[in-house]
Amino acid sequence: MTTDLDRTPTPRVPGAEEFARAQASPEFQDLRNRLRRFVFPMTALFLVWYLAYVLLGAYAHDFMATRLFGNINVGLVLGLAQFLTTFAITAAYVRFANRELDPRAAALRADLEGARA
Amino acid sequence: MSTSVLAAGTVGNPVANIAIFALFVAVTMVVVIRASRNNSTASDYFTGGRGFSGPQNGIAIAGDYLSAASFLGIAGAIAVYGYDGFLYSIGFLVAWLVALLLVAEMLRNTGKFTMADVLSFRLRERPVRTAAALSTLTVSLFYLLAQMAGAGGLVALLLDIDSRAGQSLVIAVVGVLMIVYVLVGGMKGTTWVQIIKAVLLITGAAVMTVIVLAKFSFDISGLLGSAQEMISGSTNEIVANRDVLAPGAQYGGSETSKLNFLSLGLALVLGTAGLPHVLMRFYTVPTAREARRSVVWAIALIGAFYLFTLVLGYGAAAIVGPDRILAAAGGQNSAAPLLAFELGGVLLLGIISAVAFATILAVVAGLTITASASFAHDIYASVLKRGKADEQAQVRVSRITAVVIGVLAIGLGILANGQNIAFLVALAFAVAAAANLPTIVYSLFWKRFNTTGALWSMYGGLISTIVLIVFSPAVSGNKTAMLPNLDFDWFPLSNPGIVSIPLAFVLGIAGTLLGGGRPEDPEKAVEMEVRSLTGVGAEKAVAH
Repeated sequence: MTTDLDRTPTPRVPGAEEFARAQASPEFQDLRNRLRRFVFPMTALFLVWYLAYVLLGAYAHDFMATRLFGNINVGLVLGLAQFLTTFAITAAYVRFANRELDPRAAALRADLEGARA
Repeated sequence: MSTSVLAAGTVGNPVANIAIFALFVAVTMVVVIRASRNNSTASDYFTGGRGFSGPQNGIAIAGDYLSAASFLGIAGAIAVYGYDGFLYSIGFLVAWLVALLLVAEMLRNTGKFTMADVLSFRLRERPVRTAAALSTLTVSLFYLLAQMAGAGGLVALLLDIDSRAGQSLVIAVVGVLMIVYVLVGGMKGTTWVQIIKAVLLITGAAVMTVIVLAKFSFDISGLLGSAQEMISGSTNEIVANRDVLAPGAQYGGSETSKLNFLSLGLALVLGTAGLPHVLMRFYTVPTAREARRSVVWAIALIGAFYLFTLVLGYGAAAIVGPDRILAAAGGQNSAAPLLAFELGGVLLLGIISAVAFATILAVVAGLTITASASFAHDIYASVLKRGKADEQAQVRVSRITAVVIGVLAIGLGILANGQNIAFLVALAFAVAAAANLPTIVYSLFWKRFNTTGALWSMYGGLISTIVLIVFSPAVSGNKTAMLPNLDFDWFPLSNPGIVSIPLAFVLGIAGTLLGGGRPEDPEKAVEMEVRSLTGVGAEKAVAH
């Protein structure tokens, strides 16, 4: 059975005009710009950092083999740094999305699904 | 029954290995049957009713992603080549940021069952769906074949079955079990198999990591030193000369092999977010926010797991030693099982062996449901029946397809047993990165993107990757190639990504501009943009 008595009824799906109006609204443009201003630079950043690391791994063996302390060398530290930055970017994005994106997206969604034509 | 390490290469007690694996199958089968009771609608079958939580789905993603290749393969590569094996795992992890930042949430908001739902949302449906389904089937088949062929080697190592017939029988058993999981459980059952397997795999690896570290009094530098000492003491001169603490042991030789490595790195980091079986997992959660949480859990688990494999790899080098690893049946893939036997005897080896089998089972089940869903939903319902097939018919077609794929996988797996086709996993990533990712990103973020651009990019990426691999050293021209007696390797790299991925991105732009440089359906484009960011009209979870 797929009846759901204790839930709100399925929200209506807006028409093309409403989508166009929503897309043109300053609130939507704001949400879109906020998302892009975060994800595009961040994507560029981690891709460049990863490619730099791979290039060092392929072409700079001596540099990567430089011992820092004990048997721990630059290569190992940079590799572990890749793990750390991946975790850090994940945390930063989740924080950003929860604070900046979710409330705005929810407001727009409520507007669109609740609006009566 | 001998329980010691034999010179011939098998370890432990095959009966114990089989018993623990049988226990895993029994437990998961009960879970699958219980989970499938509510499988009534197409949404139940293809997406598990979209009822999984973010953490559950994140664990399942880890279970889907951490294939036998990444467990046995990476630990083994680190044990024998050292640092270069570690480089592999970093690409596999960083790749998840592409999925997190650019793909997961928007895909969940705009799609229904398959990757093609998103790609064809605002483009001409039939040609785009056909292309997306073709690339889905190609990626899934390559990946599936690599898993099934790997099963043969694992059988030789863990179950002490040397005869071709015996190994073929085990491959067939794995295939039949997988078909049963998919037919009975659908996406819900498959997901639970992956969750159980991920918990076992990650726990097992964590326990082994702690034991290894404890043996070296938690002194990482000491562990690395012992690993290098054992490598340097190898009777094989080539192995003994390796510096396993720095990059270059595997890929550092010639300029070609450096370029090859760069190419592999590119395919790994851009391929993950284009793998159809990974993308389909985002539909099993109720909202985009849960899709985000899934990726966060997946990143945490996969990251932790690769850190464990780093310790296990060097631990295997230090404790088991390269000579015994390379002499064992299964070669470097036997590093983790040999280490398990050394640390925890027959029981730990049995658990790790069972987990390795469970890994193959869970991964092939995930691939099969993805490929069969794509065939039923994209090719059958949308292209052949022009959208006139109801969802029950789609489930029926998907089930039949799953059986066909399963039988095909058994047959090809038996044929490919013992062949050197490890390059197929890297190839699957290269195809996913070239044929899928550009179109996914363009259709989510570039307003002017159109059908011509999508078709150029998808077919261009798919065909260029496959053509280049056919004429590469992975297929012919040397002793380790798939066809060692033939010689048509005019393309020097076995990883074509460095050519085909940029080519596919450029073709997407060129096709779009030549196709008029504007979307053919502006209304749909606007709707897709609003939906992808706000979740308006997104597919709902099924309430039971």
